[in-house]
Amino acid sequence: MERVGEERLSSYAYKTYPYRRPAELDGKKKRRPVVIVGAGMAGPTLALSLALRGVPSVVLDDDDKVSFGSRSICQAKHSLEIWDRFGIAERMVEKGITWEQGEVYLRDQAIWRFNLQPEPGHKFPAFVNLQQYYVEEYLYERCAAETLIEMRHRNKVVGLSPRNDGVSVEVETLDGRYTLDTEWLVACDGVRSQVRHLMGLPFPGEVFHDQFLIADIRLKGDLPRERRFWFYPPFHPTNSVLLHRQADEILRVDFQLGRDADAEEEKKPENVDKRLRQMFGPDARWEHEWTSVYTFTCRMMEKFVHGRVVFAGDAAHVVSPFGARGGNAAVADVDNLAWKLALVLTGKASEALIDSYDFERRAASRENIQNSTRSTDFITPKFPASRAFRDAVLALAKDFPFARALINSGRLSVPTAQTESVLNTPDVDTDWKNGPAPGRAMVDAPLGNEWLVDRLGTGFSLLSFGAIEAPQVTAIDLGGSDLARQRYDARPGTAYLVRPDRYVAARWRKADPPSIQRALARAMGA
Amino acid sequence: MLKRDLNLARPDDVYNALIDAHKGLNDEQVRAFDARLILLLINHIGDEAVIREALEAAKA
Repeated sequence: MERVGEERLSSYAYKTYPYRRPAELDGKKKRRPVVIVGAGMAGPTLALSLALRGVPSVVLDDDDKVSFGSRSICQAKHSLEIWDRFGIAERMVEKGITWEQGEVYLRDQAIWRFNLQPEPGHKFPAFVNLQQYYVEEYLYERCAAETLIEMRHRNKVVGLSPRNDGVSVEVETLDGRYTLDTEWLVACDGVRSQVRHLMGLPFPGEVFHDQFLIADIRLKGDLPRERRFWFYPPFHPTNSVLLHRQADEILRVDFQLGRDADAEEEKKPENVDKRLRQMFGPDARWEHEWTSVYTFTCRMMEKFVHGRVVFAGDAAHVVSPFGARGGNAAVADVDNLAWKLALVLTGKASEALIDSYDFERRAASRENIQNSTRSTDFITPKFPASRAFRDAVLALAKDFPFARALINSGRLSVPTAQTESVLNTPDVDTDWKNGPAPGRAMVDAPLGNEWLVDRLGTGFSLLSFGAIEAPQVTAIDLGGSDLARQRYDARPGTAYLVRPDRYVAARWRKADPPSIQRALARAMGA
Repeated sequence: MLKRDLNLARPDDVYNALIDAHKGLNDEQVRAFDARLILLLINHIGDEAVIREALEAAKA
């Protein structure tokens, strides 16, 4: 998102995370396995994922505060499952707003209600809305408790010298400059990535011209939990409006303004108030939290891996906000990368394994950009015929179920498929009716008093139905769970090999140890 | 496969019903009506290959 204008009035108490003089300035130098640039949602998640696997890292951030503004608020189930490994996801669920349903309105009528997780039996809901500053605060706190992670605030990257076996990073601080030597550098430094800039790498994509106004307001009362989207509402009749509830009784109202709106005028509190007054009526009282006028782009780097420099999150790809595919894709990126880096750094896999990050996450980005672009084209049609068909879909939706499926107010983030990845072992058995195929994310299920996602190790796991001998992996026998049997289309002897990032690498009707070992070697890039 | 030969028992009646449905509509109303009609029909056809073939054929 490109912010055109912003008003900052947040009630969130921003802490300052102190700068500490780096040891390198006093001549203490040592080569680091991983240096991470950027302390948004991706950087600290990567640092924690590496620490879980015993890999130390340094996180460099040019700021000393968490995200300004609520920004990425919709935290998807798959991100929560990742953060749960660090013990911070339940806190997010408690603080945030759980939602699984959405409503779409045409003018003043509800034309569609959808449920993103209609079945019970998952540890985490489809979405928790929580402001990015809370997510980052919890991540920073957890990083601070981790001896393998060194967070360096107000440390700005100003130069890079990539080599075949590592990178020298020039860093600027209040006390002067120093050089940090690292085997791998991961750029998680956002849409205006300094690392990308320093390397002179292009960031091609599509620019969208419609402007949107985000008004985060504190409003007391009976607030809806579900996502609401209006086409042509009576309170904003020419365009669309998206409403999300966040923690602390805050609402995110997102008004589509069109191409020709004057951002400076629109972000003035009195003008925002006029729009909100029409929406909430004469008696409502609110306080402003954050106002931002934005446009957006869909962009993606041509390669995410450049030797020993790896790009992740917004630094590598950006999408429109419809679909919650920004922050959640960033978290999925680093989850994909962490275990691979750990295997390469400990000599258990060759450096070529990192190429699969590039392949898998660029495929995911393409899918995210395609979904995001389609949603954007539906919400902001670019030419008259496109608008005519959009309006026809909306007009038919009330009476014709098929048309409801065509309403695209955002296709919300689910784990992207990586079915083409070379790390997958294709199915040999042909009689699968359902269950996650190789390249699909595993699905949670209840196991007695706990959850399948709690039982996964930090390495590979073998989910089996009946005990199967499997060295080098966390063996989990799901034979006792009816729901797991259903979700994995299982019979006695069925087994799924699950990667550390919860993707299925292989599956068998009758698993045998040699096949498991071959699939494991393949999934590790052999 | 997209049918290229006649598939209507009473072609003139159906054709006239189509024209009658458009009578008295201004350009904007025609566009909206046709959009709804096309959506209803493509969902009824359901076969993506046939729909894509029809999209190509209509360009000619």
